[in-house]
Amino acid sequence: MSELDGTIRVLASRVRSEERLILDALTAAGAAHEYVDPRVLRTVLDAPAPSGRLVLNREISLVRARYAAHALEAVGCTVVNSFTSIDVCGDKWRTSAALVRSGVPTPRAALALTPEGGIEALRELGYPAVIKPKCGSWGRGVALLKDEETARIALELSTSGSTPDGQVVYLQEAVPKPERDIRVVVVGGRALGAVYRRSKAWRTNVARGAVVEPCPLSPALARVAVAATAAVGAEIAGVDMVEDADGAPTVLEVNGRTEFAGFQRALDGRVDVAATIVDHLLTKEVA
Amino acid sequence: MTTREEVDPVSAVCPECESPVQTSVQLRLSEVIDCADCRTELEVVAVEPVLLALAPEVEEDWGE
Repeated sequence: MSELDGTIRVLASRVRSEERLILDALTAAGAAHEYVDPRVLRTVLDAPAPSGRLVLNREISLVRARYAAHALEAVGCTVVNSFTSIDVCGDKWRTSAALVRSGVPTPRAALALTPEGGIEALRELGYPAVIKPKCGSWGRGVALLKDEETARIALELSTSGSTPDGQVVYLQEAVPKPERDIRVVVVGGRALGAVYRRSKAWRTNVARGAVVEPCPLSPALARVAVAATAAVGAEIAGVDMVEDADGAPTVLEVNGRTEFAGFQRALDGRVDVAATIVDHLLTKEVA
Repeated sequence: MTTREEVDPVSAVCPECESPVQTSVQLRLSEVIDCADCRTELEVVAVEPVLLALAPEVEEDWGE
């Protein structure tokens, strides 16, 4: 057994506010830890098992996050979130399927394998609908489709010149979103808090300038967020939701490498996400 | 255990505008900071001594 076996490794090619907070929380907890840059990570399958068997995956690149998790799990590491959950969270279709399978409320979604199939799917979903890159984040490439004419143009643009994988179209029913959605952060099966993300634009991503404000964490929000996180197999997640007219939450997305600095600031320090993540890692049983 | 490196922030220079980059905190490897003068995003590529490079452009698969 390596002398670093009890060391928690933090995987991140970009140390943002969140990673800084986590590294500081590990130091404050007196936890042995090591920063690892995935850009120089390599895994040889027949090499001796690596040191530091518990890995927190904070990699910003989805491709690197997925492969790093898979490679590290292949040589005996425990990765949080796991490869499987990163793989599901990184793909909106697989997320929708996982939520539906677990009975978590989520907008109707459709997958089509060609643009023409997308038009047929939209006739079943109805307008307005939303087209999203199946592996995208921060609201990039997301468009509201109000009618078939707009849909044809959006589908042409989203699939033209792309790889075979890029021909696959993910569509989601557009749900009423009164200039805000809700982000709940879940760690270790517990909802830590909720914030509103307000924007005049219909895309309420913080990366697109949405304003973050505190939101009361109702039992319904907490219950649905925890269920959504479990549905995708994640231990740490940022769950994006909207409420209908009766206040019932519907899950739009589950973020498996969630940003939380703005969330924590909005809650005025009442929630310490980084410290909670560290507590979760320190109490986690590693196989 | 990895601890935050002690650095001399004044020794760091922005590779874009060559202004001295000062921060109120000790820097970590791979940390991303902004140059106060030209607002360029910079990545800490070494800490002893501090060496800054232009941070990578946002890639298509980046996100949360």
